[in-house]
This record gives sequence, structure tokens and C-alpha cells, in this order.
Amino acid sequence: MTEIFNITLLSIQVSAVATVISLLIGLPFGTWLALGKFRGRSFMLSIINTGMALPPVVVGLVVAMMLWRSGPLGGLRLIYTPIAIIIAQTVIAAPVVTGLTAAALEALDPRLQQQLLGLGASRRQMVWYLWREARLPLLAALMAGFGSVISEVGASMMVGGNIRGQTRVLTTAIVLETSKGEFGQALALSTLLLVLTYLINLALTWIQQRGARRS
Amino acid sequence: MRKLFSFLLVASFLLLSCSPGESERTDLLLVSTTSTQDSGLLDVLLPAFTEQTGYHVQLVAVGSGQALKLGEQGNADVILLHSPDAEKVFVANGFGIDRRLVMHNDFVIVGPASDPAGIRGENPVEALRRISTARLTFVSRGDDSGTHVKELALWKNAGLDPTIEDWYLETGQGQGATLSIASEKSGYALTDLGTFLAYQSNVDLEILVEGDPFLLNVYHVITVNPEKFPGMNFEGAKAFTDFITSDEGQKIIAGFGMDQFGEPFFFPDADKTDLELGL
Repeated sequence: MTEIFNITLLSIQVSAVATVISLLIGLPFGTWLALGKFRGRSFMLSIINTGMALPPVVVGLVVAMMLWRSGPLGGLRLIYTPIAIIIAQTVIAAPVVTGLTAAALEALDPRLQQQLLGLGASRRQMVWYLWREARLPLLAALMAGFGSVISEVGASMMVGGNIRGQTRVLTTAIVLETSKGEFGQALALSTLLLVLTYLINLALTWIQQRGARRS
Repeated sequence: MRKLFSFLLVASFLLLSCSPGESERTDLLLVSTTSTQDSGLLDVLLPAFTEQTGYHVQLVAVGSGQALKLGEQGNADVILLHSPDAEKVFVANGFGIDRRLVMHNDFVIVGPASDPAGIRGENPVEALRRISTARLTFVSRGDDSGTHVKELALWKNAGLDPTIEDWYLETGQGQGATLSIASEKSGYALTDLGTFLAYQSNVDLEILVEGDPFLLNVYHVITVNPEKFPGMNFEGAKAFTDFITSDEGQKIIAGFGMDQFGEPFFFPDADKTDLELGL
């Protein structure tokens, strides 16, 4: 029972950290893509949108090759640690947050920018106001980012190694129980994962809707 | 939008109707252990079988534990695996029939070339004792596979229970992934010889313990009991069992690995009995 608790805790910790890092990358980057006017903008957007569909196993493979002792970052000895999973999950979630952030800000009325600047807002104030204006879709971006990593198994398996007591997370534990033929146990863990994802999204939705009422 | 929806609906019906009908039974569901797939043997064996008999094999490669569970639920026609004790229970409980000896290879204990525990050339039980005493990393499959069951039996023989120790890592993954992890962690591991030979060039590990009678890895083929699961492909299962134990099948097994690695991965045993292999 404590083992399941620890696996669950690790899943939440790893995916939450990866989501927060993705937010720190994706929010500014997505904003820059949405508001900036420069050559190659639509090309970069298309790359990011492709990145939103990055297969976790591909990310897992590339990150693993980087972190293997024979790889360029092998000296850091990060392979088969929770940090390795966080790195891979960040690579998966960052494009999701970036792309949805850009989409959320592009959906705002373009005249709003002009108006804000015309009213004498600094660029920083303008971005802040736009974020507030788009906070509902931005929270959706956060939820989508978290959803994409808490549910992925390919990358966690490859860079984490599913080592018991160290890097075993809910999804890899489900794969393991299935491979042992313990379908009941696998189903129980799946239910746990679903309930957990639901609760976290419920909390975020609650915050989102409270924000919607206030405006 | 509605147009798109109806298109998708029609398309999915078309896809569904493409699934094979009941009248033609040329598909055969083989459940096998990861070790036979990882070694590459089935890539050679199955095409030859298809060519001779016309059966198309759907291969599901899983750990022995899941293989037997799939068989118990009728999600298999024929099973090829290496967990003799569990197999006997499976047959005794009426889930399987016609269990036949196919082949064997060896389990070996591999580890880093520097061999910090000094187990090279020791017998397997003594080797595990030394690893335990030195508290060096040992990487276990931890997935109820035939290899995992064998490993646990070895620890038991050594009078040790490593599962609570922090130097004992359970990957819960297949043999290939487990070897990669052992290599990265400079740890020891028990593996079947076939998979190790196939992975040797990708991992920093060497064979340190081999050739002990206790390290025999024996494969049987079992047909899922058609009386329990009338829907299964009994004819196909019988054809596969006959093929893999036939002269031609056994010749393929004996030759596999010779040209690429200079030594065989598996030794054909269809003409032997369990008793001769000491089971």
C-alpha cells in the first residue's frame, strides 16, 4: 500500500515539476510568438504545433541517448533518475503550453494591443493585461500540458527505467502489472490515475471558472 | 461538420468489416516470451512456418507471467515459453494440452568487465552471495518472467532475500531494457544467453558466470485447450507445434546465431525428454 502511495506521489511530483517548467518556458515563448512580428513566425508556429504532437517514445529515445553514459550528457549521470523523467516530460509539455498560449493570445482582439499601448501602457503592462484577459484559455493550456505528461508512458519507461522504488510511476507500473498478467491490479492503478487526473483538473477548472465569474 | 461525421462513421464501418471472417482460419495467435523475440529467433522461424503451412502468425511477446494469464483467458492459440513449473500448473489446471519440449539455452550472469564482486567463474549461488556481501548493484527483471522466476530461485538457494535491499533494482521491463539499465548502472544481471548475445554490442557487460546445470533455460510449446476455448484455432496451433518440433524447425533453431555470432543461441531438444534435461 505504501508502495502504491509512493508511486502515486512520484507521478504527481514529476509531472507537476515538468508542467511548471513548461509553463515558465511556454508562457513567454508563446506570447512572443503570438505578439511578435518577425520573419519565420508562421514557420515557427508550425514547428511548435507539430511539437504538440511529439510522440513520447521519440522524446524518450532522444533524451535517453543524450543521457546515456555514452551520450553527450552522460557525465551528469541522470539516466534512470526522476530528473531524467522530468526532462523528457518537459520536452513533451513545453510545446503544448507554448502552442496553446500562442493560440489563446492570438484569439484576442488585435485592436486590444493598440488600444492598450495608445492608453500609455508599457509593453510589460500590456502583456500582463493580455495574460489576464486570456487567463481562461491559458489555464486550459496548463491543464493540457499536465494531462499530456501525467498520462504518458513511453518516455517515462525509457529514460526512467521503471525501477522499483526509484523511478516507477503510475503509467509504467500499469504496464508492468499488465505484463505480469495482473490485470486486476493494472485496472486498479488505472482507476487511481484517472481519479487523480480528474481531481487535479477539477481543481484547475474550479479556479478557471471562478476567474470567469469574476470578470 | 455533419458531413465529416458521417464520413468518419462510414469509414469506421468499412474498417470493421475488413476484419477477418470466421470461415477462414489462417491467422494464428502465438504468445511468446520477450526473450525469443529479443533474440531474433522468431524473425527467422515464423516466416519459414508461414511459408510451409500458410498460417499467418500474430505474435504477442510478453513476460511468461502474462503469457500464461493470456492463455488462461483464451487470448492465445499456442504459447511458447520458459517457465517449466508454472507451465505444469497451467496444464494441470486444464488450460493447456500437448506440451512439448522445444529447445533450451543457458542463463548467464553478466556484469561489468572489472567485476568488482569477483564472481568470474564462480557457481551462480556463490556469485550471488558475493554480490550481496559487496552490496553491488544487481538489476532484476522484476516482472514475473521466466528469467525473473529463475533469478528468485537462485537467490533462495543462496539463502538470501535481496528484494528489500537498495542495491537491488527491479526494472519491471523486458530483458533488453534490463540489460541496458544494468550496463548504465555498472550492475550485475541474470539473462538468457540468446538475448545477451543479441545485445552484447550495445552494452558494457561481460558474461561472468555460465555453464552451471542450474542455469538451464528450457522452452516448451503448449497448445491452449480447445475444449475450454472452442473459438481458438486448434488446427493452426497443432501445425505450429508440429513445425517447431519437426526436423526442419529444429534445424532452424540449431542454426540460428551461427552465421552472425559464430555460436548457436538455442539448442534443439525436441527429441529429448524433460528428464534428460534434469527437469
